[in-house]
Amino acid sequence: MSVAGTSPLRTIATGVLGLVVTAACGAGILSALGASPWEAYRLIAAGAFGSPERISYVLTAWTPLLLCAAGLLLTFAAGVWNIGIEGQVIFGAVFATGLLRALDPGVPAWAGVVLAGLGAMLGGALWGGLAGALRAYGNVNEIFGGLGLNFIAGSLTVYLVLGPWARPGIASTSGTLPFPDRLWLPTFAAPPLVVPGEAILGLVAIGLVAGALRGTQFGLRLKAIGKSSRAAYIRGIPVTRGLLWAFAGCGGLAGLAGYVLVIGAYSRHQLFPLISGGYGFLAILVVLLAGSNALAGILISAFFAAVSTGSLQLPLQMHLDSSISGILEGTLVLLALFMRGMQARLAPGEGDR
Amino acid sequence: MRVELRDIHKSFGPVRANDGISLTAEAGTVHGLLGENGAGKSTLMKILSGFTVPDRGEILLDGAPVRIASPAEALRLGIGMLHQDPLDFPTLSVLDNFMMGRPGSRRRHGLAGLLPDRRRAREALRALAAQFAFSLDPDAPCGGLSVGERQQVEILRLLWLGVRVLILDEPTTAISEPQRVKLFAALRTMAGQGKVVFFVSHKLQEVLALCDAVTVLRAGRVAGALEAPCTPGQLVALMFGRDLPHSPRTGIAHGPPILELDALAVDDARAPIADVSLRVRTGEVIGLAGLEGSGQRLFLQACAGLIPAAAGRVSIAGRDVTGRPYREFLAAGVAYVPAGRLGEALIPGLTVAEHLALAERPGVFVDWRAASRAAAQRIREFSVRGTPRTPVQDLSGGNQQRVLLALLPQRITVLLMEHPTRGLDVESAQAIWAHVLERRRRGTAVLFSSSDLDELLEHSDRILVFFSGRVSAPLDARHTSVEQLGRLIAGEEPVGREMRP
Amino acid sequence: MNLVALAAAVVGAAPPVLFAVLGETIAEKAGVINLSLDGLILLTAMAGFAAAQATGNLLAGFAAALAVGAACGLVVALGSLTLRQNQVATGFVLTIVCQNLAYVLGSPIAHVPGPQVPYTPVPVLQHWPIVGPLLFNQNPLVYASVLATAGVWWYMFRTQPGLTLRGLGERPAASFARGVDVIRMRYVYTLIGGALVGLGGASFSLAVKPGWSRPYGIEGTGWIVLALVVFGNWDPIRAAAGAYLFVLLQTLATVLQSLIPSAPTQVFPTLPFPLMILALLLVTLGNAEPVRRLLRPLPDSLQRRVTRVLRALQASPPASLGVPFEPE
Repeated sequence: MSVAGTSPLRTIATGVLGLVVTAACGAGILSALGASPWEAYRLIAAGAFGSPERISYVLTAWTPLLLCAAGLLLTFAAGVWNIGIEGQVIFGAVFATGLLRALDPGVPAWAGVVLAGLGAMLGGALWGGLAGALRAYGNVNEIFGGLGLNFIAGSLTVYLVLGPWARPGIASTSGTLPFPDRLWLPTFAAPPLVVPGEAILGLVAIGLVAGALRGTQFGLRLKAIGKSSRAAYIRGIPVTRGLLWAFAGCGGLAGLAGYVLVIGAYSRHQLFPLISGGYGFLAILVVLLAGSNALAGILISAFFAAVSTGSLQLPLQMHLDSSISGILEGTLVLLALFMRGMQARLAPGEGDR
Repeated sequence: MRVELRDIHKSFGPVRANDGISLTAEAGTVHGLLGENGAGKSTLMKILSGFTVPDRGEILLDGAPVRIASPAEALRLGIGMLHQDPLDFPTLSVLDNFMMGRPGSRRRHGLAGLLPDRRRAREALRALAAQFAFSLDPDAPCGGLSVGERQQVEILRLLWLGVRVLILDEPTTAISEPQRVKLFAALRTMAGQGKVVFFVSHKLQEVLALCDAVTVLRAGRVAGALEAPCTPGQLVALMFGRDLPHSPRTGIAHGPPILELDALAVDDARAPIADVSLRVRTGEVIGLAGLEGSGQRLFLQACAGLIPAAAGRVSIAGRDVTGRPYREFLAAGVAYVPAGRLGEALIPGLTVAEHLALAERPGVFVDWRAASRAAAQRIREFSVRGTPRTPVQDLSGGNQQRVLLALLPQRITVLLMEHPTRGLDVESAQAIWAHVLERRRRGTAVLFSSSDLDELLEHSDRILVFFSGRVSAPLDARHTSVEQLGRLIAGEEPVGREMRP
Repeated sequence: MNLVALAAAVVGAAPPVLFAVLGETIAEKAGVINLSLDGLILLTAMAGFAAAQATGNLLAGFAAALAVGAACGLVVALGSLTLRQNQVATGFVLTIVCQNLAYVLGSPIAHVPGPQVPYTPVPVLQHWPIVGPLLFNQNPLVYASVLATAGVWWYMFRTQPGLTLRGLGERPAASFARGVDVIRMRYVYTLIGGALVGLGGASFSLAVKPGWSRPYGIEGTGWIVLALVVFGNWDPIRAAAGAYLFVLLQTLATVLQSLIPSAPTQVFPTLPFPLMILALLLVTLGNAEPVRRLLRPLPDSLQRRVTRVLRALQASPPASLGVPFEPE
C-alpha cells in the first residue's frame, strides 16, 4: 500500500482509511440484508477472540495463510503470478496423506509425521516446479498453466477420496479415514491459550523467507529478476533457473500448508475435496496488500485469519453467509489497489517522463 | 499549401530537443530535413504531425496560424506522417488497414457509416496504387508485407484521406532499392500535384537526389538551409561541423589478437550484417561509427554472445565460442555495457550496493556490510555522486555510467560499450575514458559504438563504419578526417563489403 | 445414445458459456482483460435470479444481471485504464469479491423456486429432420446466443466500428494516430463485455441451472471462459466452437457418470476443466521452442504439414492486451 517516497504516517493513514471504507461497504451490504452491522461485527470479533479456544482456531487458520504468503513472497519477488498455488497446497496434502497411510503404523508416529511433512513439501515443490517449467519452456501463460494444474489437482483429490483412499464401506466425499491423534501435530500450552504447533511453523517459514530474500544471493537474484529480467540476464544472472526455483520454493511452502491442513491439531485430520479451502488465493490477497514487507504480511494474514474464523459464527447466529469475510478482505485489497493508483495519478511528476 | 514553422522550442527535462527552429516549405516541393541522431528532426516532425505540442513557437499553414493538438487534428488539417516503422496493424489485411480510421464517416452517414463501402474502398486503393505503380494485394495481411510495401499502404491511405502535407521519417532505412526508386517517383508526383513532402533522413545521396530544398539540423538548432542544387561537402559541413584538432594520442602497445571474427553474419528484420571479419588485439580500441540502427548494436551483441551468429565464427583468446551460451562469453571475460542504462545495463529498483553484491557472487549469504563498504569504495574511486543505498534510477545519467564501469569485473578481455558517453557532461565523459584507458593498459580490448565523431576519432585505433547493415573496412583513425568520416556515415561514399582483418 | 438428442442437449446448455465468451472476447479484443469472470458469472447469476424472483418478471432478472455485469466491467476499466493498476491484480481481487458477494447476498434466495425461461419451439422449423430438434426446439436464450455469435462476428468483421475495435487491442498507438479515442472506446467495450457476461450468468440461473444455491455448482466456469477466449484466438466463431466443446465435455461427463455406476465416477464432472486447459495448451504449444526442436528430425514434407496445422491453430493475443496505453 505504500508508494515510493511516502512517509510511514501516510501509509498508516491510507490503511486506516481503507479499513474504514471497507467496514462501511460491509455495513451497507449487511443492512441491505436486514442485518445489523454492529451485531455482525461484534459477532465476528467474538468469534475470533471470544474464548481461548476461538483464538486457537484463528491460529489454526493463520498458519496456512502464513505458509502460502511466505511462498508467494518468493514468486512475487521474481515478478510472476503463481495462480497455481491452490493446486500446490492440494498436492502437499495428497503427498502427506499418502505417506502417512503408507508409513503408519509401521513407522513410529513422530517419524511418520516428519516424513509426511517433507513429503508434502516435495509434492508441492514438484507441482510448483511444473507450473514454472510450463512457463519457462512451454511458453505457457502462467495463469492458465496454474489454473490447469489446479483443476488437475482437484480432480485427483476427488478420485483419491472416492477411489483408492476411500473410507472402507462408506466411500463419500466427506473425506478419507481420519488420522488417529498420535499423528496430529502437537500443540503448546501457553495458558490460557493452546497454541497449535503449526503456527510456530508458519512464523518460522515466513521469517526464513523474508531473511532469504534480504540476506541471500538467491533472494537478491529473485529481486533482480522481478525488477527487470532483461537487465538481470545481461548482468549474468541465470533467469530461467531463478524462476524455476521460485516456483518450486513457493510450491514447497504451499505443500506444507496442505500438510498442516491435513494433520493440524484442529484440522479435520483427513483429505477431502477442496481441502485447499481458498487459502492459496487468500494468501495472494495478503501479499498484494503487504507487498514485499514480511511483517505486514504476518499482521495482515493474522487479521484475515481472524475475520475468516470469526465470520463462521454468522450462519449460526444471524443466518448470514460466512462469505462476508471474503467480501471484507477483497474490498480492502481492492481499495488499496485503487488508492495506490490514485496516489500515482495525483502525485506531481511521479511516473512521468 | 505552404508550411511555415516559426521559432519552435521543445524540451524534455534538461534536454533541448528543438531550440528555436524556423523553416519554410513551399507548396509543390520536397523539403529535406537532414541531421544526425539527436539533432531534433523527429521531435520537430512529431510536433508538425500532432503527436507532441511545442513549448513555444508557431505553425502556419498558408499563412494562417494553426494549433495541432493531436494526430486527429493534424489529419483534419491535411497533415499526415509516415513513421519509420509504419503505424499499421500487422494482423489486419491491406484493405482493412487502408480503410481503418476514416474520420467523419461514422457520424455523418448513420447506418451507411456503419457499413463501410468495401467495394468503393477497394477500387480507390487500386486506382491510387496504379497511379504510383505500387502493386499491392488488398487481402494480404499487413504483417507479411515488407517494410517498403507497408509504407506504400500507409502512403495510399494518407492520400485517400486527402493529406496535403506528407511527412516521411527515415523512409528508406529498411526498403529495397527498387522500392526506393518507386517511392521517390511517387514523392515527385505528389510534389507535382502541389503537395508538400517533408523528407527526414540522414542519407546525403538521397536528399541530394530528391529534394528541392534542405534544412540541416544540429543539436536542436538549424545549422543551415540550402536550395537545390547543392554539394555534398556543404551538407556535411553543416551536419557535422568543422574539423577539430585531435588531442595527442596515448601510445599503448597492442598485444596478441584477443577477439577474432570470421565472416560473421547476424540476422535481423531490418538491417542484418553479413560477412564481417576482424581481428582485435589486446589494448586496441575499435570505434563503431554510423547512425543508429545501422547494425552496430547487432554487432556488439553478437560479440557479447547475446545474439547467435547466423554464420561465421567468433573466437575469444583463441577459443571458438560461436553459438555458445551467454554465460560462457561472460566466463571468457567479455563485458557488455548496453546503451539503455536502466532496464538493460542496470536494474531499476536495486541500489548500488545490491548491484555490487550481485556482481561479486560470493556464496549463499550476502554480506551486506562488505558489499556496502565495497560499494562506498567504488563510489569514491569513480567519483559517483550517490551512496551505496541509492537506487540506481535516482542517479543522473553520468553517475549511472560511472556505476556501470565500477561494477565491471576486475579482469576483462573484451569490453563492449554502446554509446558510453551519450547524454553525459564533458567531465563525466572524460572520467569514463580515463578509466577505459586504464583498462587498455591492463590488456583489455575495447569496442565501442558512438555517434560523436570527435569521440570516435580521438579514442579509436581503428574505426568501422556501419551503413544500413554494411560494414566498412577498418579505417585507421589517425589518418581519417571528420569530413571523411561524416561522408561515410551519411552514405555519401559507398561503404564497402571487402573485409581485411 | 441418440446423437441428435445429445447435440440438442449441448446446444441447449451452451448459452451461458457462449454469452460469457463473446463478452470477454470483445473486451479483450479492445485490449482489456477482465479476470474477474469466475466471480462475476456467479454474481450475475445470483443477481439475475434474485431480481426475477422478487419481481416475478424474467426481463427484470436479465436487466439486473446485465447491469451488474456492466458495473463490474466499469470497475475493471477504472482500475486498468484510469488508475493504471495491473489488470491481473484488479481482476483477481474482484473475482474473490464478486464470488463472496454472490454467496452472501444470495443466501436468502438459496433453494428458492423462481421463474424460468420457458421452452419455446419455433413452430414450423422444429419438425425439420436433424436441424429441427437441434436448433429450433429450444428456449429463446439458445436462439439469442446463436444470433449473438453471428452478430458479434458480423460487427467485428463487416462494419467500420468493428474494424476499429480490431485495431484497438492490437496497436493502440496506430489507432490513436488515426484519431480514435482509445481510452473511451476501451471503457465502452469493457462495459459491453461485462454486460454480456452478465447475460451469461443470468442464462444459468434462469434457464440452464435454475435457481441459486451455495455452492452454485458452476464454480470454475469463469476461468474456463478466460481460457476459451485464448483457445478461440480472440475470434467469436472459434471461441463459440470452444464453448460448445466444453459444454459437450460436461454433457458427456454426466452421461458417462450414469452409464458407469461404479465409483469413483464422481470425478468425471471435474474432468472437463483440466481437459479444456489441456486443449488450450495444445493449441498454444505450437509456439514453443522445444516443440519446434522436436519437429526438426521429421522428414521435410511432414514437418511442413505439421507446422502449417500448428500455425493455423496458433493463438496469438492482441498485441497490446493488458498493456496500459499512454498517449505520448
